[in-house]
Amino acid sequence: MTPGPDIVVSKLRKEYRVAKREPGFAAAFRALFRRSYEKVVAVDDIDFHIAAGERVGFLGPNGAGKTTTLKMLAGLLHPTSGSCTVSGFVPRERRTAFLESVTLVLGQKQQLLWDLPPVDTFELNRAIYQIPRKDFDARVAELVTLLDLGDLVNKPTRELSLGERMKCELVAALLHGPRVLFLDEPTIGLDVTMQATVRDFVRAYNERHGATLVLTSHYMEDVLALCPRILVIDKGALSYDGSVEALVSRVRPDKRITARLAKPVERADLERFGVIIAHEPTRAVISVPQAELAERAQAMLASLPLLDFEVASAPLEEVLSELFARTRAARESA
Amino acid sequence: MSPRTIRERTLAARFRGLTALPTMMRIGFHEAMAYRAELFVWMLTTTMPLVMLPLWLAVAETGPVGGYDGDHFVAYFLVAFVVRQLTAVWASYTLNYEVVHGTLAMRLMRPVHPFWSYAVESLSAIPLRLVIALPVSLIVLVVTAGRHLPSDPAVMLLGLLAIAGAWCIAFFANVAIGALSLFTQSSLKLVDAWLAGYFVMSGYLVPLSLFPPAIRDLPNWLPFRYQLGFPVELWTGALDRDAVFVQLGAQWCWVATLACLAAIVWNRGLARFSAVSG
Repeated sequence: MTPGPDIVVSKLRKEYRVAKREPGFAAAFRALFRRSYEKVVAVDDIDFHIAAGERVGFLGPNGAGKTTTLKMLAGLLHPTSGSCTVSGFVPRERRTAFLESVTLVLGQKQQLLWDLPPVDTFELNRAIYQIPRKDFDARVAELVTLLDLGDLVNKPTRELSLGERMKCELVAALLHGPRVLFLDEPTIGLDVTMQATVRDFVRAYNERHGATLVLTSHYMEDVLALCPRILVIDKGALSYDGSVEALVSRVRPDKRITARLAKPVERADLERFGVIIAHEPTRAVISVPQAELAERAQAMLASLPLLDFEVASAPLEEVLSELFARTRAARESA
Repeated sequence: MSPRTIRERTLAARFRGLTALPTMMRIGFHEAMAYRAELFVWMLTTTMPLVMLPLWLAVAETGPVGGYDGDHFVAYFLVAFVVRQLTAVWASYTLNYEVVHGTLAMRLMRPVHPFWSYAVESLSAIPLRLVIALPVSLIVLVVTAGRHLPSDPAVMLLGLLAIAGAWCIAFFANVAIGALSLFTQSSLKLVDAWLAGYFVMSGYLVPLSLFPPAIRDLPNWLPFRYQLGFPVELWTGALDRDAVFVQLGAQWCWVATLACLAAIVWNRGLARFSAVSG
């Protein structure tokens, strides 16, 4: 049976009123008596559903409206219009049962008590979420093992590295067994190894507990590794909802062939295989229409002094830039 | 979930702070211990009554001032110091910090009303403050040989209620002023203004009975007196049982008023905060 939607968003809109002022003393003086404001639409009538247990990533440039949407889903921001429900609750009402069933991890804010060991924050959460002692001990043991934290949870938070702190933040955020996880930039500032650890952990939690995951991240790797489905938000509007593969096929259907050559080959000799994306004496990246991939690849294998040969899709960053450019052009022409 | 279940759970949430209180207090005490050096430095800034004491003793050398002799001044200012220690609250500073740095979001995501956690942060530092307050109380007893303690045991019991009331006034005023930062981003200047009123009108620097006759009644109509002067007068035996009942009534009226004000400012502020920044 297909699970019903856990998160339902309908015509969700968020507008801010932002004070506007010209530079200079005279403008500052005028603003004392008469302020002018402008309306900024942070989220523009978006609609989507997320099924229980799904992993969904929000992608978009800075200021696109990703975090604003996430905060509305978490109940921290009230929508200007439209509606959203999470597990049947209206987030802005902040009912206890809702707060018990969700968690929010903000990569740049922490809930750990700074001068105390993380175990004290865990203990505080046990009391606040009224977690039975037996369940609490089992969950701490499970999460500490999964994240390989060991005795770190007994060291004062201030003495932990950024990555260790984030791992402890995740334990604190998941102790009450939330069914919906809102993660905003959970890997920000972490090194590559730690990013991978956090990703693996989040995926393992989702698979073990069937929790719904909504993630925003600037790191494409986070989204690619964790989220089979992405929502692309640009200037507050939803410009894509689907899988990464479908997005790439739609926006950049061509494939990239990266060829490493045994000896230098002239650019002109490579142009007959496709569009040259990059060219160095012994390395070339060539864009080839997907439908002609087999034929072109065969031709390259037959006629070029190849050392290595790799076929891939266009990078997601490039696909997104193309998508944003197309969306903006469509908006401007409209 | 049925409306009844939701109602029951909402009610349970209101009192969740109460059930979680022992653990919150224990963790809060650990936190106070971690900040003990800072706490003791802060306590040094609350020693104004000890500074005022020698000044008033010098004034009283030639004879009692407004009914206060040397002993009485010693009792008054040492008790004022103790009451200040027991009623210190800094929720307004915490709230301002959390609004500016965005960490209020983490507090709001917990299923316990933030008032509980702000209260616990202040209350859990009291045991450490007692380390200073108890010896000072002992000094009062020894120096004045108990002459200025209330003689009526009922008044002493009511004195505990008066200190609880004083703490509540400090707490709700702090939350109300701190919650204004939800509208304005910072309300620290208003905290300063409140403190200025407190220093002048509470009896912190000058016993209120020494005020000039023209303004002597003014503190009765303001909350500051009930935050310090009233419990100090009670514990130095300046009030009889009837006077204590009257002032206790006035004090708890202020507690109720400020609690309502704090709830209103908080709820409206939070609605605005959620509308503009989250």
